[in-house]
Amino acid sequence: MPDAAAPLLSVENLKVHFAIRSGVFQRQVGEVKAVDGVSFSIGSGETLGLVGESGCGKSTTGLALMGLVKATEGHIAMQGAEDVTQMRSIPRSYRRRMQIIFQDPFSSLNPRQKVRDIIRAPLDIHGIGTVEKRRTEVAKLMSLVGLRPDQADNFPHQFSGGQRQRIGIARALALRPDIIVCDEPVSALDVSVQAQILNLLADLQKELGLSYLFISHDLGVVEHVSHRVAVMYLGKIVETGSKEAIFTNPLHPYSELLLRSAPAHDPRKRHKFSAVSDDIPSATRKPLGCAFHTRCPLATDICRQAEPQLELKADGQSVACHHR
Amino acid sequence: MQDRAMEKTMEPALAVSDLNVEILGENGAFPVVSEMSLSVRPGETVCIVGESGCGKSMTALSLLRLLPDSARVASGSIRIHGEDFLAMDRRQVENLRGDKIAMIFQEPLSALNPVLTIGEQIAESVRQHRRLGRREAFARAVKCLELVQMPDPERRARQYPHELSGGMRQRAMIALALACEPKIIIADEPTTALDVTVQAQILGLISDLQKRLGTAQILITHDLGVVAEIADRVIVMYAGRRVEECSVYELFDNPIHPYTIGLMGAVPHRDRTEAAPERLTDIPGTVPPLWDLPKGCAFAPRCPGASARCLEERPPFIEKKPGHFAACWEHDNA
Repeated sequence: MPDAAAPLLSVENLKVHFAIRSGVFQRQVGEVKAVDGVSFSIGSGETLGLVGESGCGKSTTGLALMGLVKATEGHIAMQGAEDVTQMRSIPRSYRRRMQIIFQDPFSSLNPRQKVRDIIRAPLDIHGIGTVEKRRTEVAKLMSLVGLRPDQADNFPHQFSGGQRQRIGIARALALRPDIIVCDEPVSALDVSVQAQILNLLADLQKELGLSYLFISHDLGVVEHVSHRVAVMYLGKIVETGSKEAIFTNPLHPYSELLLRSAPAHDPRKRHKFSAVSDDIPSATRKPLGCAFHTRCPLATDICRQAEPQLELKADGQSVACHHR
Repeated sequence: MQDRAMEKTMEPALAVSDLNVEILGENGAFPVVSEMSLSVRPGETVCIVGESGCGKSMTALSLLRLLPDSARVASGSIRIHGEDFLAMDRRQVENLRGDKIAMIFQEPLSALNPVLTIGEQIAESVRQHRRLGRREAFARAVKCLELVQMPDPERRARQYPHELSGGMRQRAMIALALACEPKIIIADEPTTALDVTVQAQILGLISDLQKRLGTAQILITHDLGVVAEIADRVIVMYAGRRVEECSVYELFDNPIHPYTIGLMGAVPHRDRTEAAPERLTDIPGTVPPLWDLPKGCAFAPRCPGASARCLEERPPFIEKKPGHFAACWEHDNA
């Protein structure tokens, strides 16, 4: 069961800003606020689904947690450890506890390495176990994720997309982390294989008590895997709450729009989708006030001027909207 | 608007029969599309659904005679309004393509010409098929952009593809496809590269336009949600062959083929009627490579109900009940 009382990971006011440089001297001419003040926590054994459309900053959030892009501001703290954002480099003791699975199982595995070496790399880097122990550990990890250990000497190209994603999962599990950041882990896979990987992730969570930050644009997938959900729009979390709350009673107009836009899987429940295009801004030209006001049916003057803050409404459901 | 009842009796705009497409590999040719037949009437949308490598995109490309050099149509016929498309010479094909039959691609950024403005590209296509002056053709381009509800069409017509957002680019490509009012449109994953809110707009646009123009449509997709939203009839493909074909309602109500049933159970979506199951019903294994297909039914190695016969003999694609076709041995026994 998710333990909300003592979060395993808490993130506060995380910001990742990128400089836009131009000209011969690469002077900074602007800034992209990819992640702009994001706070959330994840309990032990819990899955937080982070959902949003392209460019909303969900992947950058995941990369910042892993220390793969540098956070501009904010606090990231793991239970029983210090705030890592204040340090010059992220300590290995932190990295050991958080690992990542990437979207593309083709580019995230070194094509020149044998599967054995790919999965073993984290153990080597952290100096865990003897050489013999690492060998048996690789075999164990491979069977854990549903690969045949006798394929350990094969190269990534000898595996299908789904199997490659399993290799990525085995590598992420090697250090027995507490949390895995899953960055669109099934988006590149065919539907039938996608279900295999989602089932595997669910099994591993049950078996090992893992927590997931599950980043995805696919509402069906997020609803299936998550305990709690956070909806992101242009660098901010606009709504967060339990899966049930978000999917049955969304409060933010953007969450509503997302749910309304998902195709029905029943020809009798067809939508009457409007063909009208709306004014979709991007992170480089973010509107003032509430970033969603250009597309929002509820927008009034206050939305164009003041940015709404995330406020607790009911039952752990928070929303950033002047009208809700 | 044309009369729906009349359309039903009309001859098909596009009829494909017994089409075989093969790829010429290093070790000889192997089939990528086998025994494909389909027909689309004016005003009808047929969806071809399947996973990567099932032959759906190759089918689409062959319908426009746009197959890459490494592939060729081995046999079969494609008729456009009764005319034999495969027998036409290059000039005839070019006259037809863009005029009577047009294609919408998945990735508008690579399908549009980056050094021409949107308006120029549409005008170019119009001038290829119609005797219009530059100015008239450009005006026609703006009209087309209006038709696809491009915001500020006058200004957008003078912009280059990279200046538009993904959704607007897809609108531009639809405008380009519609420029000469084709009777047949082939759309290959037209919304796959788009965000879900933009996908909804484009799906809305595609169905609005079809109602207005009465085009015959073939839509290729891997997404059963898109199928449920837009299809009249559905063809499910697996490993280069049709495994099931029926109306969209019948497909979602009474799917026959174990592969179709498997696909439906594998997708987590919001319209599951049962209390959300913790596990999805996955399909074990992976799609077999087309150059090394199993002897019997290509799906048999992954099929929960496969018998000895399924592994040995390929099931014929036959009508199991009125209007519902499938290729499965075990369905007859069940």
